[in-house]
Amino acid sequence: MLAELGQLLVALALATTLLTSGQQLWAMQRGRFDADAANRMLSVAAFTSFFLTLGAFLLLATLFVSSDFSVLNVAENSNTLLPVQYKFAATWGSHEGSFLLWNLMLCGWTAALALASRGLAPGYRARVLAILVLLQAFFLLFMLSSSNPFERLLPAVPEGRDLNPLLQDPFMVIHPPMLYMGYVGFAVAFAFAVAALMERRLDPTWARWSRPWANAAWSFLTVGILLGSWWAYRELGWGGWWFWDPVENASLMPWLAGTALIHSLAVTDKRDALKSWTILLSIIAFALSLLGTFLVRSGVLTSVHAFATDPKRGIFILSMLTLIVGAALVLYAARTRDIGLGGRFGKLSRESFLLANNVLMSAALGAVMLGTLYPLFAEVISGRKMSVGPPYFEAVFVPLLLPAAYLMAAAPSLRWKEHAAGLLRPFAIATGVCLALACGWVLLLGPFKWLTALGLAGGLVLAWGTLDHARGQLAKLAGDPAQPIALTARMRRLGASYWGMVLAHMGVAAFVIGVTMVKSYEVEKDLVMKQGQTMEIGQGWRLTFIGVDRVNGPNYVAQHGVFELTEGAGSVIYLLEPQKRMYQAGRQVMTEASINYGVFRDIYVSLGDPVENKPTDSVADLAWGVRVYMKPFMVWVWLACVMMALGGFVTVLDKRYRLRRTQTAASSGADRAGAVANTGAAGA
Amino acid sequence: MPSNLRVILPLLVLAALAVVFVIGLQGDPRKLPSVFIDKPAPAFSLPELSEGKPVVTPESLRGKVWLLNVFASWCQACVAEHPHLLELAKQNRVELVGLAYKDEPEDTRAWLAARGNPYSRIAVDRDGLVGIDYGVYGVPETFVIDGNGVIRYKAVGPVDEGFFREHVEPLLAQGGK
Repeated sequence: MLAELGQLLVALALATTLLTSGQQLWAMQRGRFDADAANRMLSVAAFTSFFLTLGAFLLLATLFVSSDFSVLNVAENSNTLLPVQYKFAATWGSHEGSFLLWNLMLCGWTAALALASRGLAPGYRARVLAILVLLQAFFLLFMLSSSNPFERLLPAVPEGRDLNPLLQDPFMVIHPPMLYMGYVGFAVAFAFAVAALMERRLDPTWARWSRPWANAAWSFLTVGILLGSWWAYRELGWGGWWFWDPVENASLMPWLAGTALIHSLAVTDKRDALKSWTILLSIIAFALSLLGTFLVRSGVLTSVHAFATDPKRGIFILSMLTLIVGAALVLYAARTRDIGLGGRFGKLSRESFLLANNVLMSAALGAVMLGTLYPLFAEVISGRKMSVGPPYFEAVFVPLLLPAAYLMAAAPSLRWKEHAAGLLRPFAIATGVCLALACGWVLLLGPFKWLTALGLAGGLVLAWGTLDHARGQLAKLAGDPAQPIALTARMRRLGASYWGMVLAHMGVAAFVIGVTMVKSYEVEKDLVMKQGQTMEIGQGWRLTFIGVDRVNGPNYVAQHGVFELTEGAGSVIYLLEPQKRMYQAGRQVMTEASINYGVFRDIYVSLGDPVENKPTDSVADLAWGVRVYMKPFMVWVWLACVMMALGGFVTVLDKRYRLRRTQTAASSGADRAGAVANTGAAGA
Repeated sequence: MPSNLRVILPLLVLAALAVVFVIGLQGDPRKLPSVFIDKPAPAFSLPELSEGKPVVTPESLRGKVWLLNVFASWCQACVAEHPHLLELAKQNRVELVGLAYKDEPEDTRAWLAARGNPYSRIAVDRDGLVGIDYGVYGVPETFVIDGNGVIRYKAVGPVDEGFFREHVEPLLAQGGK
């Protein structure tokens, strides 16, 4: 009964969205529509479809929590032994369920936009909403026709097949929702760009409206990628955190496009430059989100974590992708042909540095895309299969993205339009000092490696450039030295958007330093240890193997290893307890690594298998394979991603976006002077 | 770039990608290229991982069904596959030969010591030349070779429980010919 009700709600949402958006777009096309009435109708449709999909989602969750195995989706992805929080999470553990979640998020973003966009020009707002509601109709249609989460399984089976044990992890529970929030959020930026094309509104205002939405989507995507990566680190037991796997690349590509987009939007907003670039990037970021979904769900590429794949669905997603993106690109081709380059700028200016950032990001994106799709191209062309591994990605990624760190250090302090070369001197001096510091740092740690030194220097100079600029900005606002303005007031004057940038750029600095340290100095050891044995694992750390026992989890039995980790004289002792779990329903074996986190190093232990030398060995003598990793600065990588995402979220709070909106609604050609005055601040 | 081309280019890229994807979807990514099936297993002569044992050659395995499992200590998917291979070794119904592909022998040894050794023989293909002869494009891969030295099946990616039942047992039932 509940399953049928859920299906009905989805069908109603489809009817609502399809009819409303179809009718409104038709009216817009004929040029005879009342923008205010259209907005009212589209808003109602947005809220209706949101509550309908929310209802459907809750019904599906209920089916999962109550283990109703007469529903195919539940029978395939849940089990009575599953702890209740994972039963709930299993709602989006399958392809069908994750598409329902995707739809719910799209409806959520649209409803949020309907609520928060009253300040937009009415005609423009109606187009943005109509595009989003039409997208909803597409995805709902796709879900109903090829991946219905409510399909019945009759007769019902007594027991379900269980949720993929890889997904039974608290962080994996929130990883897909975050990732989808990002993917779907780019639909909003996409709608802003397409609506601007439809209305021929290729001025800075649309970019300003789009910015907080694009920033929020980018931040969600950052969190999603972070959670996925951290999960891989803790759960896969391989000690790695990024494998350049097609599924990971699928989320990295929209992230790179999004990074280019949020900076390009800033240039268009502030300087009316890079206009067609920004439009194109808005389309590409969403196209890559769709491509990511296609790659993961269609099975067109082999991946270590190929979950549910089905080529038929692949064709469907592919046609949808081609249709949506193709239509947007046709519009792009027709409408941007005659627009000029917009605001001009010199070779050395903030615009040129932001453009360079865009080019580097796009090149990195192209490189990832090529590496990810190359096996497919090769197969189509020559019929031979091949794969592209981490060495390729690392070889192309580092030279593309490391220069970006140096450019980012200088960019915020450059002037718009034209910057005198002489003014770069403090930056050149700082770069020299940071390089010298980094060389010293590397020499202290061992043999000299120039790439490590360049990486560390990049991180240092970026941190310096960001903080020095903030200091300069605050000093500039101090005003009369006799009566200085309070620091907090000055900080407020600079705006949330500025501080968000500072936070995110400091995050990038921490990321560059973290990755450089991990990649250059990580130590990996494969050991065979007997109970009671103590081994040196480097840098004064010793690991003692206490033993292995069996513990029972709710739906697994685990071999539970206990290790003692001591440093130096042994005054501090940490316990590490890695596990090997055998999940009962599917009999899969999963590794749970145990990690001792530290600011400057992680120590990571994962339990291998017992080594059976001779059958006569008594259990006590059993030796175990043990993997130990010493990962310097690993925590920096995670914190860096948190800082980047937080920075993005902080920018959304900026009053300027909301203020401007109401002003522009009142008088559409608001003076640019105010915006430019503020630019020193809210740059990229 | 003329502005006509500039605005049309993204559309052309999309069209090209769509065509490649449609063709790509026709094939099952896990299916093997058929080139090597029912062809004699290419000959090789490689040193054995444990010193002192004779070199490994396909000729020395003539007359019985054997599996050639391509693995490496740097291969992540091999970790997932390993328990199945250990299980296979325990049943002891078929000879399992390992090809340590592009791997340093001491790394291979440490890796096997930590996880258990399912192989009866291990050929060291340090520079991956034999891998090229066998058309290896990813690790792990597993070749099923019959008593006449003919490749009968090639599994791409980690093998699972079904692999032995579906692709090896029928061959054993036929007497390995």
